[in-house]
Amino acid sequence: MRKNDKIMLGIILGIALIFGMYFYFSKKEGSYAVVKVDGQIYGQYSLKEERTIEIPSKDDNYNRLVITGGYADIEEASCPDKLCVHQKKIQKSGETLVCLPNKVIVEIKSEEKSSLDGIAN
Amino acid sequence: MAKKMSIYGMLVATAFLFSYLESLIPIPIPIPGIKLGLANLVTLLSLYILGEKGAFIIMIARILLSGFTFSGMATILYSLAGGILSFFLMALSKRKNWFSIIGISIIGGVFHNVGQICMAAVVLKNTAIFYYFGFLLIAGCVTGCLIGIVGKTIYKRLPKNLTI
Ligand SMILES: [Zn+2]
Repeated sequence: MRKNDKIMLGIILGIALIFGMYFYFSKKEGSYAVVKVDGQIYGQYSLKEERTIEIPSKDDNYNRLVITGGYADIEEASCPDKLCVHQKKIQKSGETLVCLPNKVIVEIKSEEKSSLDGIAN
Repeated sequence: MAKKMSIYGMLVATAFLFSYLESLIPIPIPIPGIKLGLANLVTLLSLYILGEKGAFIIMIARILLSGFTFSGMATILYSLAGGILSFFLMALSKRKNWFSIIGISIIGGVFHNVGQICMAAVVLKNTAIFYYFGFLLIAGCVTGCLIGIVGKTIYKRLPKNLTI
């Protein structure tokens, strides 16, 4: 590797570290999951209640979101890649479950942030 | 001409095979196309053997072929976003002679992931997905570095008359 390679690698790793630390320190215990389909809010669900939510998206597609033990997880989906199903269950604020083919995103938010959102809205 | 065609054919076939191997390895990141970047080894070598135009053709051919075969239309969009962005920056760094082959490979690995996550944010109309940005940068550095080392080793051993 040349000197330039190392400088570039250092810069990229530095940026990654800043991003990582930002998310690490802003992580809080999550309290509810926000489900969005194609940019629109479909529903908000407390992580304390055990439930299964069928999320419909266009062309008869769906994702089945299961909330149990304080975690949110997509257990089943109609998408071809199943990446959303393979993702680990989530719990902390900022964490997301994403299904790109169905344009579904599940984002965990914390209580404090929700009151802020309430003011902003 | 026949030699040129056979080199193109061989490179596309190799890239296609790598894409297939990669599609067998699940990675717990919800962005289609985020992979080890094995196929980028072919793009990297093509850039050195065939130059910019040839390498670009081979990359596009590989993305379309593997997209239609393994993953479907939706995924092609992300692969193209990642592929074209990383290709552009790899070609630029090579032309300007900024980095060694390993550095160029790292640029390819990192910006492939950056292109994909940006496209995903556009499609979802949501930036929450940038939660993974730091992880994707590091992943891009690691895979880019490994691919670069392999690429360098192979390139040194290629017969010199292969370059056209
Ligand atoms: Zn999915």
